[in-house]
Formats: sequence, C-alpha cells, structure tokens
Amino acid sequence: MSTAHLPRTEAEQLSGNPAQRVEARHQQGAEDASREVLQLLAPDGGRRQNSTFSPFAEALSSAQLRQFYRDMALARRFDQEATALQRQGELAMWVPMVGQEAAQVGSGRASRPEDYLFPTYREHAVAMTRGVNPSQLLGLFRGVSHGGWDPRQNNFHLYTLVLAAQTLHAVGYAMGVQRDRAAGLTESPAVLAYFGDGSSSEGDVHESMVFAASFQAPVVFFCQNNRWAISVPFSVQSRVPLAQRAAGYGFPGLRVDGNDVLAVYAASQWALEHARSGAGPVLIEAETYRLGAHTTADDPSKYRGSDEEEQWRLRDPLLRLETLLRAEGHADDAFFDDLGQEGDQLASDVRREVLAMVNPDLRASFANVYAQQHPLIAEELAWLEEYEAGFVTEGE
Amino acid sequence: MTTMTIAKAINAGLHRTLSEDPKTLLMGEDIGSLGGVYRVTEGLKAEFGADRVVDTPLAESGIIGTAIGLALRGYRPICEIQFDGFVFPGFNQITTQLAKIHARAAGQLTTGVVIRIPYGGGIGSIEHHSESPEALFAHTAGLRIITPSNPHDAYWMTQQAVQCPDPVIIFEPKKRYWLKGEVDTEQPAADPFTAQVLREGQDATLLAYGPLLPVALAAANAAEQDGRSVEVIDLRSLSPIDFDTITESVRKTGRLLIAHEAPTFGGLGGEIAARISERAFYSLHSPVIRIGGFHMPYPVAKVEEQYLPDIDRILEALDRALAY
Ligand SMILES: Cc1ncc(C[n+]2csc(CCOP(=O)(O)OP(=O)(O)O)c2C)c(N)n1
Repeated sequence: MSTAHLPRTEAEQLSGNPAQRVEARHQQGAEDASREVLQLLAPDGGRRQNSTFSPFAEALSSAQLRQFYRDMALARRFDQEATALQRQGELAMWVPMVGQEAAQVGSGRASRPEDYLFPTYREHAVAMTRGVNPSQLLGLFRGVSHGGWDPRQNNFHLYTLVLAAQTLHAVGYAMGVQRDRAAGLTESPAVLAYFGDGSSSEGDVHESMVFAASFQAPVVFFCQNNRWAISVPFSVQSRVPLAQRAAGYGFPGLRVDGNDVLAVYAASQWALEHARSGAGPVLIEAETYRLGAHTTADDPSKYRGSDEEEQWRLRDPLLRLETLLRAEGHADDAFFDDLGQEGDQLASDVRREVLAMVNPDLRASFANVYAQQHPLIAEELAWLEEYEAGFVTEGE
Repeated sequence: MTTMTIAKAINAGLHRTLSEDPKTLLMGEDIGSLGGVYRVTEGLKAEFGADRVVDTPLAESGIIGTAIGLALRGYRPICEIQFDGFVFPGFNQITTQLAKIHARAAGQLTTGVVIRIPYGGGIGSIEHHSESPEALFAHTAGLRIITPSNPHDAYWMTQQAVQCPDPVIIFEPKKRYWLKGEVDTEQPAADPFTAQVLREGQDATLLAYGPLLPVALAAANAAEQDGRSVEVIDLRSLSPIDFDTITESVRKTGRLLIAHEAPTFGGLGGEIAARISERAFYSLHSPVIRIGGFHMPYPVAKVEEQYLPDIDRILEALDRALAY
C-alpha cells in the first residue's frame, strides 16, 4: 500500500559507484510507484481488484454510486456555468476544475461532517459535497467577497490564494484536534489539506509535513497532481511521484488514479481512518488532469499539445463511472436525463444568484480588519464618511 | 511589588497565562528544556509539560502557520521567533494569512496568535541578530504590535496580548532583557495599545519605544542640566499608534523628536511625523525630527554603537529643533 519504500534488500544489492547507485535507486523507486497507481475502476468502466482498498469500494450501495456520479455531473455543470459567467464579464476570473471531478468528489465524500477541510482555490466539487451552496463560491471571483461562506458551517475552510499556506493551517488545526481528543472534548475528526503539484514545491508543504510527522497529527494531505502548474509541467516540480516523498517524512504515501472516483474514495477513507485512529498523517497523490485552462486568464494551447488533452479525455472520470453504473444496473437513461435537467436548473439558479449579488459598501471593509476596536480604523472610517457626506451636500 | 528583569517578567507573565488558561501554549525553537536562547521560557516546560511548551521543528513558517491552525481550533498559541532577523521565513504566514483571516472570513474567524520577537541591537552580535523590522509588520493591517520598555509593562503586556482577539506581535527589546524594575503583579499595566508619558516637560516631546527608552530618559536628564525641559513618551504600541497622547504632548511642547533603532527611511518615525504635522501643524515650532538607523544593513558589531541612536544624537536633534 505504501508505494514509497524501496525495499531495503534491493537497495543493498545495488552496486557500482555511488552516483550510479543513487540514479538506479531513483529509477527503481519511480518504477515501483508507477506500478502501484491504485485503480479500482478502469477507463473502460470495469472494476479492478486490490486486497486493501476494494472492500471500501465494494461497500458502496447503488445509491452511493449514483450520488458520486450526480456530484461529479453537477459540479461539472456548475463549473461550465461559472466559465460562461466569466466570459460574459460577470466574474473577474474563474478557476475551472473540469477533469478533476473524481479526485474531488471521491475525497470529499470520504470525509465526515466533523472532519475539517482546507481547500486551495479549485476545490469546487469538494465544496459541493460538503454542502456549500455553489453560488457562494463565486463571491470571491465576482469581487464582492474575499471569502463568501462561513467555514464553520460545513467545516470547509475558505479558499486560499497563497499557494500551500493552508497546508500549515491544516496541520495546526489537526494538532488542535489532537489536544481536544486528549482532553476528551471531541470524537475523532480528521483534517484534509488540499494542494496542487506545483504547490508541492513550496516550502510550506515541506514544513507542514515535517510538523505533521513530528507530532503525528491527524491530517491527510491530498495532492491533486493535475500535471500542470499554470504552464509549468510536473517534471519541473519533481523527479519522482510525490507520493514517494511521504516515506522521507515517515508516513504512508498513496498514489491513486485521480480520475477513478472509487480509488480516490477508498484511498481517502483508508487515509482518514488512519489519521482518526491516531496513527498519524498520510499523503495521497491523486493523478489527474486539468482539462481546461488554469484560469480563464490563460491559454493552454501556448504550453501543451491538444493530443495530451485528448489522451486525458479518454480517461474522463464521468464516462468511466457512467459505464459502470449502466453495466452493473445502478442507473438507467432516466437517471441521466433527470440529472441533465437538474444540472440546468442548478446552473440557472447559480446564474440568478450571482447576478443578484449586491456590491458591498467599502465601509463594510472597515468592519473586520480587527476583532477589537482600533483607533486608526475609526479615524479613517470617520474621514471617509465625512468626505462622502461632502459630495452629498454639494450635489443637493 | 517585586523587582525583576524584563526577561523574568515575561517569564512570569507567561507562567501566569499558562496557569490560568489551559488553551494557551508556547511554541518555538529551543524554548523547552533550554528555556529559549535568552532563557525567557526557562522552567516552563518542566512545570507545564512538553504539550504546553512545544519545541517545534526548526521552521518559522511552520511555527506561525500551525499556530494559525491551532487558533482556528480554539487554542491560544504564543510563538517565539528566536531572533528578529529570522522572522522572514514566517513573514508570508504573518502578513498574508494571520493578519487577514478575520477580514477574509467577514469576522467569522479570529486568530488570536501572539508572536514574541526579541529585537534590536547593542548586544555585540553578528548579522541578523540585531534588527528592528517592526515597520514591515506595522504596515500590514490586521496586526497589532506592542513593545514593552520596562518589567512591569513586560509582565502585563505579555498577558494582555494573549487576551486580545487579534494577532499581536510583541517586539521584546533584547538588549533590555536584563533591565531590572518593579513589577506590581496586582495592578495591571495601562491598556497596551496606548502610549505613556514617562516624564513631563515643556520644550520638546521626545518619543521612543522599546530599547531606546533608557537612552531617551538619559537624554532628557542631560538636557535638563542645560535648562531644557523634555517630555518623554514611551510609545508602547506600534500598531495602533496612540496619536492622541502624542498630539496632546506636542500641543504643549511645540516640538517632536522621534527616536528608533530601525532605519529612519520608511520607518515608523516618518508615519508619526506626517500624522502629527496634520494634527498639530499650528502647534509645531519646528519640523518633526527623526533619530534612527541609517539606510544600510545593520552594521557589524564593532561599529554598532555609532549606528545606534544615543544620547548625543538625541541632544543634537534637540538643538536643531530648538534652533527654529
Ligand atoms: C505563493 C504563490 N506563488 C504564486 C502564485 C500564482 N499561482 C497561482 S496558481 C499557480 C500554479 C499552481 O499550481 P498547482 O499547485 O499545481 O495547482 P493547480 O492550480 O494546478 O491546481 C501559481 C503559480 C500564488 N497564487 N501563490
């Protein structure tokens, strides 16, 4: 299950000069890991077996499997609507996640309500599985809010735009959970920290893993390796699969097919359970692909070939699950037709809610700079009030 | 009333905080068994255990970032950064995260993290151990910054910082860690976000904070020998700044001198000068004069005495102010 350990005996058997030995070990490690990408639902829609993880997938009812598909389909429809809203000038920017639905829904659905999740800025499908109203995700991008939802309501933290910063918050939060447990104040929640392959190069990810391992914090690091950090390919971030890094910190690393919702769900359940049980952190690397642009501001054709995109389209997470649902008789045409209508309804609701968003008054921005009264804030707000009042009088 | 050093007063303040509030914990490098490189946390691990006095991995961003997470879970982390010049790996977490979470969450979240940073020069140390980076933090909305100059304030301001729902950075004047003074453990110090007039005067106001207070008081005494009456204000809070107390004093004296160790350019002295010239322009008999560090990396120890504002530089500034 841990893909990251190079068997000692093999390493010891390697001979030759040290540089060669390192290189050989490097490749051997990468090969080991690449052989072990966990997959439970193949691109052709057929199930695959894994003694550790299949039981998690086999325990899923028809209703749950349909729920996964519904989550993915609605998230995709929402994402498309948000992209359209951006193109029509209603959002300053949008960060699409089409292609990554399985990684997000599988991990989101594996979490429990009492778990706390720290997203990046692309976890729209995760947010939806947590019960966040999708329109609320758009306030940030429309420029009416820096957040948009109460993080405590669904235990889903605000989006963070400074890459990797949230991984440390997640570990600290998990250290708090650990203390609460020791004091008998809480059950056993776990914490889920999302980040991308590019972000894995940021120092904060390293520091968060060091802290998590040192204190055995109940945190699961969930990396969506979507192959690209804006225009920079994964090969610039790492020579080895990221899951291998976990071994260096001393905790398990799992490499899963991120377009396989069953594998992601199983791995996430296993990892969250591991963390909840007090056994410490886990790193999951979900291999997936961002089918669209990084944001609506960039043009992927400048940095990658359409053939690559086509290859990944063949591994579409929705098609794969649809095949399974139909083949095993969990869903029929009526289900998919109804879902299409539900998606259109969701999209039109989102559109209506976004267009109805009221621009805040700048005065409101003074309100929460500090929790406690602050004289400079009061002074500057008073100045603004007076300044604006001057215009009103002049106009009259 | 008991007499103690600033270091001991902070230690006692932390001790009281840890005893009274089980949600508080200390985090930092070498703060446990060693008691911190300045021994400010000495004995606390032995008494409260390794879970309350946490020797963290050597990672400043990690310290601040995990403290933020702990605060989100309802804890009150009090972080120690070992030296002023080593706060920068944690700068990102402090300025982009800690300072902003309350605003970004529209008030739904607070992160009452306290960060203690020994700062300032005059201890003959090597590079990155003598800096005064307070202006870099004061510029960021969402942070509060205080700096005690005496043991009584050190004892109380440490505890008051923990009570504050906002993030608070305490810049501790490391050169003064061994300065002794009386601490009244019954009578709390004034609101930590206010300035205090330490010495009354008529001819000029001399504003200083942290390590320069003894220098400012000595300069005022020396000026008195020359028949000049200097009012000395201990700023105490660098964000917010108590402009009311400064303005009132300047209305009385008509002159303002501001001394800090940090480089003059872009420092807090400039901010104070600008605000006071707006608030008390007609009371000013001379321009506001700043006495601070030069625009250079903090110099090597053998010449730092020339770099640091001292009595003579303050008196020279006073002469200039009085010459208008
Ligand atoms: C500290 C920081 N540096 C740079 C950026 C600008 N930026 C935003 S997203 C991005 C790429 C991130 O790639 P990755 O972590 O793989 O996540 P993805 O966007 O692919 O989901 C960059 C460079 C940023 N937001 N924060």
